[in-house]
Amino acid sequence: MSTALLHTGTHENQTSLAKKKLLPYWLLAPGIIWLTIFFLVPIYQLISTSTQTQGYGIGTYVQTYRFANFMDAITSSKAQLFRSFEYAFLATCFALIISYPLAYAVAFKSGRWKNTLLVLIVAPFFCSFLLRTVAWEQILGEQGFVIKTLRFLHIMGAQGHLTATPFAVVAGLTYNFLPFMTLPLYASLERIDIRMMEASGDLYANALTTFRRVTVPLSMPGVVAGTLLTFIPAAGDYINAELLGNPGTKMIGNVIEARYLAIVDYPGAAALSLILMVTILILVMAYVKRAGTDELV
Amino acid sequence: MSIEISRRNLLKTAGGLSAASLLSLSSEELAQAASKTSTVRFANWSLYLDYNNKTKSYPTLVDFSKKSGIPVKYMEVIDDNDTFTAKVTPQLRLKKDIGYDIVVLTEWMAGRWISGGYVTKFDDAKIPNKKNVLPYLLNRPMDNGRHYSLPWAGIIAGFAWNNQKNPKGIHTMEQLFAPANKGKVEVLSEMRDTIGLIMMWQGTDISKPFSQDKFMNAIDYMKKMIHDGFIRQVKGQSYQEDLISGDAVAVIGWSGDISQLNSQNTNRFGFAVPESGGTFSTDNMMIPALSPNKVNAEAVINNYYDPVVAARVANYINYVCPVGGAQQAMEKINPAQVHNKLIFPDAAMWKKLVVFRDLTQAEQISFSTAFQKASGNA
Repeated sequence: MSTALLHTGTHENQTSLAKKKLLPYWLLAPGIIWLTIFFLVPIYQLISTSTQTQGYGIGTYVQTYRFANFMDAITSSKAQLFRSFEYAFLATCFALIISYPLAYAVAFKSGRWKNTLLVLIVAPFFCSFLLRTVAWEQILGEQGFVIKTLRFLHIMGAQGHLTATPFAVVAGLTYNFLPFMTLPLYASLERIDIRMMEASGDLYANALTTFRRVTVPLSMPGVVAGTLLTFIPAAGDYINAELLGNPGTKMIGNVIEARYLAIVDYPGAAALSLILMVTILILVMAYVKRAGTDELV
Repeated sequence: MSIEISRRNLLKTAGGLSAASLLSLSSEELAQAASKTSTVRFANWSLYLDYNNKTKSYPTLVDFSKKSGIPVKYMEVIDDNDTFTAKVTPQLRLKKDIGYDIVVLTEWMAGRWISGGYVTKFDDAKIPNKKNVLPYLLNRPMDNGRHYSLPWAGIIAGFAWNNQKNPKGIHTMEQLFAPANKGKVEVLSEMRDTIGLIMMWQGTDISKPFSQDKFMNAIDYMKKMIHDGFIRQVKGQSYQEDLISGDAVAVIGWSGDISQLNSQNTNRFGFAVPESGGTFSTDNMMIPALSPNKVNAEAVINNYYDPVVAARVANYINYVCPVGGAQQAMEKINPAQVHNKLIFPDAAMWKKLVVFRDLTQAEQISFSTAFQKASGNA
């Protein structure tokens, strides 16, 4: 009797143990299923398409494992590929320069306006990305105040223009991704213990030294997160180049779009997408390795 | 037995009808009665059908539905041949209903749909008004005899300009790229129009076989104009916004767009077919292969080849009207438009309009790659 009880007891223990072991998988299941359907399957499709070649009829392709597609894509579009990283880098720098003082002011100097300012930073998200970029067409366009002011001051001639220039594209990118830089910066600046700065002052550091040796190092996680969140989407963006640029400012996103829709070259588009993803991955890994992510988490 | 009843009427009368009388309808007739009331889903480009701003409806469609009992859902969902086709291609390949019973696509793309087997053959008996289609538009290389497609409107590409900045107008390529227009010229992202106009100006007949070199000469010219800073952007219909804002003052554009712009902007703009010739193409109505509403869709199509209906549409959209007799009908609708050569081209105008020849698949790929490269997109 007692053995029997003991036996069932262990059995129950075993099943509950097995259930416990399975629990994490059950919890992970929705995420894993989601990732499989919406990430792994498309990625597989993308990789598989990237080595195909033109079949019979426009838009039909057959798998021929032609890895030369990658070299072809790079040789024909290296200008746009480099330009994408150049513009994304510039936009990230400008966003950092604009965001740091902004985030600093909101974190330390805004007082009771803090929440209002935060809402204002996020406010652009209430409007579509596309519309905001179209708005920049108007701001920098012929009827906008910027060009009228520049003409009035004789800085710009009647023939000069701001839209359809690299300047407009980088300005658009900087503006569109600014909140992605400001918010992580704000989050990490806000966490800094104000007594650290006071202690620095007590140790005879002037304001600049305190900023350089205390505030900046402590805000590094925000800088790393902000630059990544700005650089990655900016490198793959094509809306800004399309609406605010000219044929000489097209980015890799425009090439992928044209290859997919206008030329109907799916393998070329897939190869370029993979190249873009892998390049960004390598750049980001190198950057994170250098900058360190210990404090990021 | 005539089945001229809408679903509502059918339901209303059903109560009064005995079951026996309903049963007396053959199953085929019943199916027809049901299909009569199923909504035709019509996909078209924006500003491409007469629209009443006050009632927020499309008068010719409303009249059609009233008369025939066939409801039509009109959707302005096409803004680019490539994008629209790419969106529905997966369903087309899987032989599934794409959600539209009528689509309107430009000739070269219509040709691709027809050769891909994505559209259904018309039952000519259901489209008796087909006889009104201009003979010139009845036989096209992509659909000889028009068994799969019928022209919705003809599009002329030519030069358009801001009257204030180009008071003498633009009639030649040299005038388009005049120094005063530098940095404010835009050309169409439709390859056949932009390159077609340049090729004709360079002396190539684009309706007849030409060599790759001739095509590349035009590409080189466009590249040079981009490189020298004359061409600001290569874009689709959004060139209209740039004309309004003044960011563009001279463009390669489409005839009807400019008429519509002028009606809202007190004749600020001009349009002309280039002296060296303009490109002409058509947008075409087709019924996707797996449309469940073929019969009703044919009724809608038939309606638009009635000269009076066609004239009402042309009066609004200002594109070349493909229907014979519409010019006479226009006299009652808007006499000012009767002699508008951009709607009703005369013999001299037709002579200046050239259709870009059909391209082989290899040419299509290499030419569009070259064009996208020149536009900075490849």
